[in-house]
Amino acid sequence: MAELKLMKGNEALAEAAIRAGVDAYFGYPITPQSEVIEYLMAERPEKRTGMVVLQAESEVAAINMVYGAASTGKKVMTSSSSPGISLKQEGISYIAGAELPAVIVNVVRGGPGLGTIQPSQADYFQSVKGGGHGDYKLYVLAPASVQEMSDFVADAFDIAFKYRAPVLILSDGLIGQMMEKVVLRDQIERITDEDLIKNQGSWATTGKKDRHRNIITSLDLQSEKMEARVHRLQKKYKQMELEDLRYETIQCDDADYLIVAYGSSARISQKAVELARNKGIKLGLLRPITLFPFPKKQLFDLADQVKGILSVELNSGQMVEDVKLAVEHKVPVEHFGRTGGIIHTPEEVLEALEQKIIKHGDFRHHKTRESSIL
Amino acid sequence: MEILDIIKPENQVFCKTKLMTDTTLSYCPGCGHGTAHNLTMEVIDEMGIVEDTIGVAPVGCSVLAYDFMNIDMTQAAHGRAPAVATGIARTWPEKYVFTYQGDGDLAAIGTAETIHACNRGENIVIIFINNGIYGMTGGQMAPTTLEGMHTSTSPYGRDIENMGSPLKITELIANLPGVYYVTRQSVHTHKHVRKAKKAIRNAFENTRLKKGLSFVEIVSNCNSGWKMTPNESNIWMEEHMFPYFPLGDIKVNGKLK
Amino acid sequence: MSEEIIIAGFGGQGVLSMGKILAYSGIMQDQEVSWMPSYGPEMRGGTANVTVILSDERISSPYLKVYDTAIILNQQSMDKFESTVKPGGILLYDTNGISHHPTRTDIKIYQIEGAKLAAEMGNKKVFNMIILGAFLKIKPIVKLENVLSGLKKSLSERYHHLIPLNKEAITMGMNHLNVFNAEQQIIHS
Repeated sequence: MAELKLMKGNEALAEAAIRAGVDAYFGYPITPQSEVIEYLMAERPEKRTGMVVLQAESEVAAINMVYGAASTGKKVMTSSSSPGISLKQEGISYIAGAELPAVIVNVVRGGPGLGTIQPSQADYFQSVKGGGHGDYKLYVLAPASVQEMSDFVADAFDIAFKYRAPVLILSDGLIGQMMEKVVLRDQIERITDEDLIKNQGSWATTGKKDRHRNIITSLDLQSEKMEARVHRLQKKYKQMELEDLRYETIQCDDADYLIVAYGSSARISQKAVELARNKGIKLGLLRPITLFPFPKKQLFDLADQVKGILSVELNSGQMVEDVKLAVEHKVPVEHFGRTGGIIHTPEEVLEALEQKIIKHGDFRHHKTRESSIL
Repeated sequence: MEILDIIKPENQVFCKTKLMTDTTLSYCPGCGHGTAHNLTMEVIDEMGIVEDTIGVAPVGCSVLAYDFMNIDMTQAAHGRAPAVATGIARTWPEKYVFTYQGDGDLAAIGTAETIHACNRGENIVIIFINNGIYGMTGGQMAPTTLEGMHTSTSPYGRDIENMGSPLKITELIANLPGVYYVTRQSVHTHKHVRKAKKAIRNAFENTRLKKGLSFVEIVSNCNSGWKMTPNESNIWMEEHMFPYFPLGDIKVNGKLK
Repeated sequence: MSEEIIIAGFGGQGVLSMGKILAYSGIMQDQEVSWMPSYGPEMRGGTANVTVILSDERISSPYLKVYDTAIILNQQSMDKFESTVKPGGILLYDTNGISHHPTRTDIKIYQIEGAKLAAEMGNKKVFNMIILGAFLKIKPIVKLENVLSGLKKSLSERYHHLIPLNKEAITMGMNHLNVFNAEQQIIHS
């Protein structure tokens, strides 16, 4: 039976990990996500489901423990916040290169450097443009509520195992620290070792029995083989774009203007939509739920309808680049966002829309004027 | 008498290790890696545990260990093998998990992972090949390079004042309570090979008994990196490496010798 | 129905747990709730605040600029949040340690001597329940029975024997509320 609780985002994620039948969690404490490992340790998951929870000596060790367990086909995850995720990038690149299923959670705080412990969305580039070295991508889920912090754990593992690829849950300090009502999913039994060997035995290093040996590596010294590996990865990413894109539109049907925002910014922007509608401004919101794959086509189509687009992010302008690429100069695209751990208010978002987009009028008219000058 | 009459099991004094693949070793002739590979595979074969063994390959000369060892293997990032092995051993407590690492991997970039896996007493085996140099990348200084030893990054010899002393990581980790068995061996003569094999067997038996971490260092030569013939390098190893890295057991059954 | 509340004071005054009980009470009557704290080192001894929203509909932003109600428990929070109450909204404050009383005349202002009442009850920990009682007297957005079942949910079982004491504190708060006239800077009991 579904269970209703009031929980912090970080706690909901941790509880969801136990309920999703995760085999192991390896982590290292860092604000604002330490509740994840604290909750797991307090819950004694080794007794509830047999799940392994271990505090590693560093983020580097934690992600490599994930790599090790993932190489044997186990359902394994880690979580951290921005500076810690930087440390994990080497391991994430190896996980992508070696084609392993794993879930990584980033409860983002402000940077660069040690930055601030307050919420931020400044790790967008790092999340969707690689982060670590090499030609790889992460499937990136961006929860915007405590409910999604909970739901996305199992969803992330589904994708990770479907593609044998790392999946990132990109949250932030706001979603991680806030409490909301959450409906917890039912407990899923952890897979038995026998079933794991049956399901993943074609590739996982579970011990050579009745088959040729399995090898997990990201190394191909022969260039042709390495290129084939890269192509194989790219094929997966194409398939993700075709089959596993997720997004949400709010009041877009009649919208004259559009905000694009994910995660906490999407929640704040949703309120800005309410405020705008109260003022008679027809504003809509497109919320990418996956940041890769990105709702490119949806944006391209909406650009035919709206007069301008504001990308609202808690950073200096990162996702706005992808919005611009998708819109292909059909309408003006601007960015608005606070940094340093300051969270923009719905009022600020609306004001930015009025200043940066509405004040400038219809771009198509500008274009006509420009061409008449030419 | 035909040749095939001679090749009978009862006449056989040597055969290829069963758990080694047919792939030609990428190691330089004279290098100790091949022997260390053989011994590890022989022990696994003789214990009948191949179905339950997972090896972790490092970055370094033995990065391709999985090409030669005919068992399930995962290749780790540079220095991270003990963490990778931890991830495997914790989720498969009944398996035999071992890492095979060189000195740069284990005692420089992976020092933290080594020390903490040892300190937690992970139920794994670490096989540590110490040849005092970075072989694969062309003979740079290692954490275990001896004082005065010439390498491409210490071309005038390792200067202790500038570069610190060669790191006795094995003695260091022997002091950690989680570590059950620590020994230093070599594989350059038959006598030493036999002893080293016993040590590796002992280490895997400890895993079977869930005793915690077993650590087998093998002091080895690197004739290419040291710019010597194999024979010269073995003599040099005896004269220079062994005095600083003395052979023998350091910790047995959880007790320091 | 939607109620947007900021509760602000010192760490240790029970600001966060008061917000949590309010949120739990909302859940007990089938509402959507959000609880967004300030977090970090400032929570230890410094100022602490939490935004609590109770609504019949899906909650958009958990982070706000203006509020229907501000519950203010120290001077710093008064300085910071008096201006954030929506016109026509409510400001409830504890008088302890307040040197500059609120001055806005476009909102309704209430006072409670929570710290003093808690001391009289002999248990400083019920301070936040006294404040909650005062707030519920002004705006009965959640039923007392739902607060009590919310308390039951948010407290671990070994503290359940304290629920009657908390109920008493809530009643105490309800009965000792004063209206403050900001224009004349006087209190109406």
